[in-house]
Amino acid sequence: MVIQLKRFRVVFLMLLIIVLAACSSTNTEGNTNSGGEGGEASSDKLVIGFSQVGAESEWRTANTKSIKSAITDAGHELKFSDAQQKQENQIKAIRSFIAQKVDAIVFSPVVETGFETVLKEAKDAGIPVFLVDRAVDFEDDTLWVTFLGSDFVEEGIKAANWLVEEMEGVDGDINIVELQGTVGSAPAIDRKEGFEQVMAEHPNFRIIKSQSGDFTRAKGKEVMEAFLKSDGENIDVLYAHNDDMAIGAIQAIEEYGLKPGEDITVIGVDAVKGAFEAMAAGKMNVTVECNPLFGPQLVELIEAHFAGETLDKRISVEEGIYTMDQAKELLPTRKY
Amino acid sequence: MLKSRLFWPVIILLIILAINLFFDPGFFKIEVKNGHLTGSLVDIVNRGAPLMLISIGMTLVIATKGIDLGVGSVIAMSGSIAAMTVVQGMASDTSLTPLFMAIAAALGLSLAAGLWNGLLVSRIGIQPIVATLILMVAGRGIAQLITDGQITTIYYEPYSFIGGGYLFAIPFSVYLVAAVLGIALYMTKKTALGLFIQSVGANPEASRLAGINSKNIILLVYLFSGFCAGVGGLILSSNVSSADGNNAGLWFELDAILAVVIGGTSLMGGRFFLMGSVIGALIIQSLTTTIYSIGIPPETNLIVKAVVVIIVCLLQSPEFRQKVLRPRMKKPHKKEPENSLNEQGVKIS
Repeated sequence: MVIQLKRFRVVFLMLLIIVLAACSSTNTEGNTNSGGEGGEASSDKLVIGFSQVGAESEWRTANTKSIKSAITDAGHELKFSDAQQKQENQIKAIRSFIAQKVDAIVFSPVVETGFETVLKEAKDAGIPVFLVDRAVDFEDDTLWVTFLGSDFVEEGIKAANWLVEEMEGVDGDINIVELQGTVGSAPAIDRKEGFEQVMAEHPNFRIIKSQSGDFTRAKGKEVMEAFLKSDGENIDVLYAHNDDMAIGAIQAIEEYGLKPGEDITVIGVDAVKGAFEAMAAGKMNVTVECNPLFGPQLVELIEAHFAGETLDKRISVEEGIYTMDQAKELLPTRKY
Repeated sequence: MLKSRLFWPVIILLIILAINLFFDPGFFKIEVKNGHLTGSLVDIVNRGAPLMLISIGMTLVIATKGIDLGVGSVIAMSGSIAAMTVVQGMASDTSLTPLFMAIAAALGLSLAAGLWNGLLVSRIGIQPIVATLILMVAGRGIAQLITDGQITTIYYEPYSFIGGGYLFAIPFSVYLVAAVLGIALYMTKKTALGLFIQSVGANPEASRLAGINSKNIILLVYLFSGFCAGVGGLILSSNVSSADGNNAGLWFELDAILAVVIGGTSLMGGRFFLMGSVIGALIIQSLTTTIYSIGIPPETNLIVKAVVVIIVCLLQSPEFRQKVLRPRMKKPHKKEPENSLNEQGVKIS
């Protein structure tokens, strides 16, 4: 028995090594196979290497599609590499981009640290690096040209500003309940912070309850039910850190016998399709966009850089804010 | 005997509810709005319905010295398949047919999941924690496959009745819990099934020698647990009129196990307390609702929950009570001779 087990282990280990070897070899192939015609790049046609984090969510998939098609639509050549959430894959991909002498590297880092060496290599090779969606945490900010991504704090500020404008002329206190995202997540922390920044300047706006709804519909509904039971008619405004929680809360408000959108003003973030449906039905007032489709803006930035313009180190994605009145018209055009 | 086991859970439930009274004097108020009852207590029972159902199923599984970690995933699968059936059926049919098809599909899939767990444990002899772990992981994957990883919204009124509807002013989900609890109580109290389950949990080999078909009893409890999770999944998905393969029923298996343990059933199998589990589920839900309504900051939610659970478990432990509470508790207990007998019964087991 023991001998058999040992033999099995040896065989298993060998298999593992073979599989791993196979994996890594396919990866390098994947990274290099799109090369070839890079040499004939004229002054306006660029070769752009794009190293994406992975494909972990719908948002990310929409993001990848947008960047890929924006680059190819603008007539540039794309070399794409999916890191499958692994830093080593990403470092390998960037090295292969450098070896292929691409004109620019677009890069969504999996983690914030550990990329100094490879980014220095890119800098030494004279290749500009554009960070998208996620930032890195280095001292030396000359290693990249700019960071383009959603600014969650800004999203909170936008939501708050809309509310202040909407409630202009209303006397007395305005009571707000807040549905936070998953505790500790960046969008939850930042959207709360941005909203509170603006609210601090307007003492008649009071956040009376704030609780996590985990970014899900079911939790959003459950928490809102409890809010309604304890504060009921006093609630004037609901601010949810994403649209899904807002949609769940809308159901709770309806079941409680109040009219969402009228008795309670409903604010969401993300601008997903469901929010547009709710707004078209008059049950939600506004949603702040968190846009994954920033491919075209990215390509503009890259082109601006090559045209000699200096870019800010931090650029926010162009994000709109959509209200009830626009919803019906825009609903058919929403992609996600 | 049942009374003494239920004593502490009931007291704890009442304490948690009483705490709310300090923060919100209207907590116990129940009023009729739009023709149905509303109020925090109604919410607790309504929102707690899925957990109560799953705890009932889990109690019987734990009574056979097993455990079912797959229930959270079964919830997701059941809700997903029901939603997809409704979405597809709705296009061709506006009658009630899609609703019944959805219920049939959801219960069919959850029974199949229960059968899978039951076969792995009873026929192949895989340890329950391992056997059901498979479905815990794979089930959520299946649910995501069914919904394509998207949150599917359902625009079909009859479907929302299961988890959001009211019958004679009372939430419909409460009737579902009552029905399942009634069946489970009847089968385990009025037929020999309850004894069989206990004996299989205490000693499967001895039970087999005594002529009990242990394997089929084990298979049956996993089937029942799958069924309960399926109904729970229907309620959860119907309540928000959507199917979320990623988050529906996430960590429900842990809450259900906790409810069963709070209710006084030992993880070592043997004796079980269905009513205790139901009260355990109500304690967990009251705690959640309390945290929401008295405005505890979300960062501390889990700590508050953990502290309450520790207190509940300590009060449940006869050893702890004897060492810490006994000196003070002795006098009132002496008045009832029945009670001191119970304490002995606890010690023997």
